[in-house]
Amino acid sequence: MSEIPSELKYTATHEWSRLRDDGLVEVGITDFAQNALGDIVFVELPEVEEEVAGEEEVAVVESVKAASDIYAPISGRVVEANDELVDEPERINADPYGSGWIFVIEPTDTEDLDNLLDALEYEEHCAEEEEQH
Amino acid sequence: MKTALFDQHQALGARMVDFGGWRMPLHYGSQVAEHHAVRNKAGIFDVSHMLPVDFEGPDAVPVLQLLLASDVSRLQSVGQALYTVMLNENGGIIDDLIVYRLSSDRFRIIFNAATSTTDVQWVESRIPQDFEVEIQPRRDLNIVAVQGPEALTIASKVVGGKDIDALKPFTCVEHDQYFIGRTGYTGEDGVEILCATDAVHSLWKALIEEQLTPCGLGARDTLRLEAGLNLYGQDMTSEVSPLESALEWVVHWEPIDRSFIGRERLQNLKAAGAQRKLTGVVLERGIMRAGQEVQTGLGNGVITSGTYSPTLGYSIALARVPKLATGDCKIDIRGRLVDGRLVRPPFVRKGRKVHK
Repeated sequence: MSEIPSELKYTATHEWSRLRDDGLVEVGITDFAQNALGDIVFVELPEVEEEVAGEEEVAVVESVKAASDIYAPISGRVVEANDELVDEPERINADPYGSGWIFVIEPTDTEDLDNLLDALEYEEHCAEEEEQH
Repeated sequence: MKTALFDQHQALGARMVDFGGWRMPLHYGSQVAEHHAVRNKAGIFDVSHMLPVDFEGPDAVPVLQLLLASDVSRLQSVGQALYTVMLNENGGIIDDLIVYRLSSDRFRIIFNAATSTTDVQWVESRIPQDFEVEIQPRRDLNIVAVQGPEALTIASKVVGGKDIDALKPFTCVEHDQYFIGRTGYTGEDGVEILCATDAVHSLWKALIEEQLTPCGLGARDTLRLEAGLNLYGQDMTSEVSPLESALEWVVHWEPIDRSFIGRERLQNLKAAGAQRKLTGVVLERGIMRAGQEVQTGLGNGVITSGTYSPTLGYSIALARVPKLATGDCKIDIRGRLVDGRLVRPPFVRKGRKVHK
């Protein structure tokens, strides 16, 4: 059973979003996603200062077996990318909700987060995907 | 379809995937850890989805001389084996395989899983009617590969045979209920053990008790690619000849009167000169994947297999590129051109890096 922290918001494409006290939104991939991908060996980070739209492809995570696109959960401007992942992409496997964060967005509208899945909805979504697998 | 060891894979926590119609283990937790286990000690693989086929009869040799690109008469003594390919009339590769000589008139070929049904149909359709040979697919046999620097010692202990210690590379022996070949698909030393279903359960358990790491298809793929070994369906297909698949060495042109299937076309291709070659590519940033374009100063090519090399810590690939291309190249990874370098496979030999 994968870990799904209740305070985060989620997408159907398995990104999590954390609204910080400074109004910025931290983004990474979920425990479910890292587990499905397997050993992560390379991360292509988004450009800082890049304007992104919700559901736009902004980064790529590669495991030994395949490449997966990472989508922006909401629209905004990328203000930070996790450079530590360049040398230690395995952080995403080890600590997906912590040091494995991928980028930070300054949201165009914080209320966009309300359209994302909450932990319960995301858990149901994962269960459905498991069944299809 | 499931192999006899399916329940054991599930008990070991394997993530199962479909492969050529079979439910096979992809990994048992970490394919990178499994990869390292094979390079550093030894690992075991269930490859029972592959199909052994026995050829027996007074005309077994002439039949194989017709079907295979290699000259099987070079297997002069019982127990010798060779790696070769089966070609169609256009010189394209139908499958790659190992053929073992079991006696003067009995041979065993191991075909790939995905191609096994069409391989057997092909063989049966191409044998001239007056040839005396019996073709026997051996779905009753399971295959466990034990691979790694300690594979031979441990396999010998478990199977209990002095004859395994004496087994030379590319030879085989029948010992009790086992057929053992000193062959593999990882670039490491090791054996492939064939046996019936009742024997394979206890064999697998005994190997697990020896602390050998069970390995899935994921590790098998990164290991074979590091060793520069082709995968059928990716690096070799029925559309491409061995001359453009880094396999001219398996084509035995001598004796010149041996008219194997595909020979005539292959000779014409050779006379005209191959346009492309299969070679290696290394890349420091990013991961190469099959289908990506390779740009060289002499024209473009394509990645046929690409992955991350756990031993080297960067991406390696096989690519089909213009024949004379060497050195620097560019790989189109999702629209971004990344600097790569063409190198001669293998990438890893005896657990160590080959190219600087």
